[in-house]
Amino acid sequence: MSTGTQVEVVMPQMGVSVAEGTITRWLKQLGDTVERDETLLEISTDKVDTEVPSPGAGVLAEIRVQEGETVEVGTVLAVIAPEGAAPAEAPSAAPEPETPEADSPATEEPVAVAEAPSPPEASPEAPAPAAPQPAAPVAAGPGENGRTFVSPVVARIAAEHGVDPGGIPGTGQGGRVTKKDILAFIDSGAATPAPAEELPAAVAPAPSAPAPQPEAAPSPAPAPAPAAAPAPVAAAAAPAAPVAGEQEEPMNAMRRGIAEHMRRSLDTSAHVTSAIEVDMSRVVAARNVLKKDYQASYGVNPTYLAFVTKAAIETLKDWPWINGEMRGEKIVTRPYVHVGVAVSLEDGKGLIVPVIKHAQDLNLLGVARAISELAEKARTKKLLPDDVQGGTFTITNPGGYGTFHGTPIISQPQAAILGTYALVKRPWVVQDELGQDVIAIRPLMNVTLTYDHRLVDGAYAGSFLRDLRQRLEGWDEGSA
Amino acid sequence: MPEKTYLQAISDGLRQEMRRDQRVFCLGEDVGVYGGAFKVTQGFQEEFGANRVLDMPLSETAIVAGATGAALMGMRPVAEMQFADFVSCAWDHLVTVAAKQRFRAGTPVPIVLRLPSGGGFSGGPFHSQNPESSFAHIPGLKVVCPATPEDAKGLLATSIEDPNPVLYFEHKHLYRRIKGEVPDDRYTTPFGKARVHREGDDITLITWGAMVYTADEAAGKLADEGVSVEVLDLRTLIPWDRDAVLASVARCSKALVLHEDTKTGGFGAEIAATIAEEAFEQLDAPVRRVAAPDAPVPFAPSLEKAYIPQVDDVAAALRDLAAY
Repeated sequence: MSTGTQVEVVMPQMGVSVAEGTITRWLKQLGDTVERDETLLEISTDKVDTEVPSPGAGVLAEIRVQEGETVEVGTVLAVIAPEGAAPAEAPSAAPEPETPEADSPATEEPVAVAEAPSPPEASPEAPAPAAPQPAAPVAAGPGENGRTFVSPVVARIAAEHGVDPGGIPGTGQGGRVTKKDILAFIDSGAATPAPAEELPAAVAPAPSAPAPQPEAAPSPAPAPAPAAAPAPVAAAAAPAAPVAGEQEEPMNAMRRGIAEHMRRSLDTSAHVTSAIEVDMSRVVAARNVLKKDYQASYGVNPTYLAFVTKAAIETLKDWPWINGEMRGEKIVTRPYVHVGVAVSLEDGKGLIVPVIKHAQDLNLLGVARAISELAEKARTKKLLPDDVQGGTFTITNPGGYGTFHGTPIISQPQAAILGTYALVKRPWVVQDELGQDVIAIRPLMNVTLTYDHRLVDGAYAGSFLRDLRQRLEGWDEGSA
Repeated sequence: MPEKTYLQAISDGLRQEMRRDQRVFCLGEDVGVYGGAFKVTQGFQEEFGANRVLDMPLSETAIVAGATGAALMGMRPVAEMQFADFVSCAWDHLVTVAAKQRFRAGTPVPIVLRLPSGGGFSGGPFHSQNPESSFAHIPGLKVVCPATPEDAKGLLATSIEDPNPVLYFEHKHLYRRIKGEVPDDRYTTPFGKARVHREGDDITLITWGAMVYTADEAAGKLADEGVSVEVLDLRTLIPWDRDAVLASVARCSKALVLHEDTKTGGFGAEIAATIAEEAFEQLDAPVRRVAAPDAPVPFAPSLEKAYIPQVDDVAAALRDLAAY
């Protein structure tokens, strides 16, 4: 059955919060005949690769987005024309042109009386009854948006069970997920946690200095959920009723977001953690020199975190994959570093990751100031959504509690997260001026890099840590 | 239990009320000697006498105004409009006086207007209307639309007992077509309680009056296609059973409202709006309405068939909803 009119193929929504996708391959060429539901092309989003079936049968008349291009969800990718219709001469230049119904003239409300000559004696006084409408007008269906439209009841059930409707096979109009679909999905035990609700941009106060952090640093940006086959996580079974003595409290949006993101990150990346010990003697010395000056002149405290952050940003230039991302079939690297710094909430319940944009352009003072300003913004609940989005690399600092090691979880879709730990004085073997080994007391800091082994191998990560240590241990007192 | 037609049930119910309560009397055009245009009051004048079965002049104004006056004096008049369409002549007395008297002066107006309504017999624009929504809009009036013989009798008794003006819409198309078991003993059917005409899980179909049967037949077709439709017969529009509708919608998540009245401003709009207001988070599809088009009822049988919602129209709307 050929489609009666032109049908547009749009970039599908592959998860509630996925905004764009990349065309990886066209499986059909201009002029090819396609059946309804036949695979037309392959796309990738930052979470999933998938095939896009044809929404109708006919001829592939127009390809508007070429392989390798990334476009927003809903963008028209191609046009399927009824068989026999000539393919368009050239793709339209307009980015998202309305596709006119090629064969039908511009439709206007037919004016029934306009053409009919009135009988000379006709009385115009009796108003004509309204033309009877069909008793059962066509339902305003979700149409082409079926895949992305979420009905109120489906939205509610999804929220209650923490599932992402985008990952559920839909049997409604246009592939819409119906109430029955989502209930069956939940009953099947295949439910995955819902995508993170957008974390509030302003959260509870954070400590003035970059705070000691819990292990994990989730991205506060709404996170795409896996839209393909649901991950084999435990089913969202009905939670057990509390037994005597237990207390229950509701989970807030941030906690849900963190829970979802942490689980999903572990399900996504192959986490490996490498640690290195850094002799911070020169950093301590440099900090002692700079501290007064920074405080007096700029009101900024050059924290150890600022030093490590600055050194890490410099080191990332040589190891770009650690600042990169696996996106579908592509490896993404960038000439900039948007570094996220995890900030815990005052009571230790919850955390947020403000992002220093273009941190590569900042000197030590700039980094220290940016960290302090973002902490201040977090404390005064002035973080904007933009302040917590777009990170390319994250640093978490749980050392303030004295912890000396940890295995943080990567903030998706990043490739790595750096952990900094307690600065402690340790007996340390060094060489004296005669080249003899002696035991000295040195300020030592453990630094970990947790990386996604899908993208980054141990040698690459180790090289990064080695260079980072060299940078910190060789810190030039005066350098800023 | 004896089986009776819808018309017999109304007639028996009215006779029973007149036998048990001396205050109950009926009045209308040709209700006495002739026994009523549809023979609902046949034999009444012989039994109750001309003083309790009053033949009235061709003036709906006089009938409703007279009934209102009698009610204010303590009587329980049951006035027949020969056709529901003609109640518009009595609009002022009904809407301005009877509906507001209780609020204005504290005196109840226990009148019942029997309103033979509905089309399906080529009666044309003056003898086929379903004007229930016009009166459902007027605070102070109650609106009753029985679909079964049992409800016709029980709701008539409740209407006569009610201290407010009650518009009792009896559907002409059901008079002799619909039969059902009707208890001989007196009973009352409560206002504001919907009746589940057919149980289902996939779509809630809300309707009343003659459309209950259209709905049931359409639901039967859908059942053959694997779609389970619940048919709710509201029985009374004022008050209407919001709880039953919302509970059914919460279960089915898809709703269709069906009525024989025209669509715009029809009572279906009130139901659809209430579902949207109160059950938004339960909905898996837009609330659909199937109703007559916004035009007078046509005479020609073919046009009337196109005008009044038919089984196929309802089935098509149900299929759309099921597929949504």
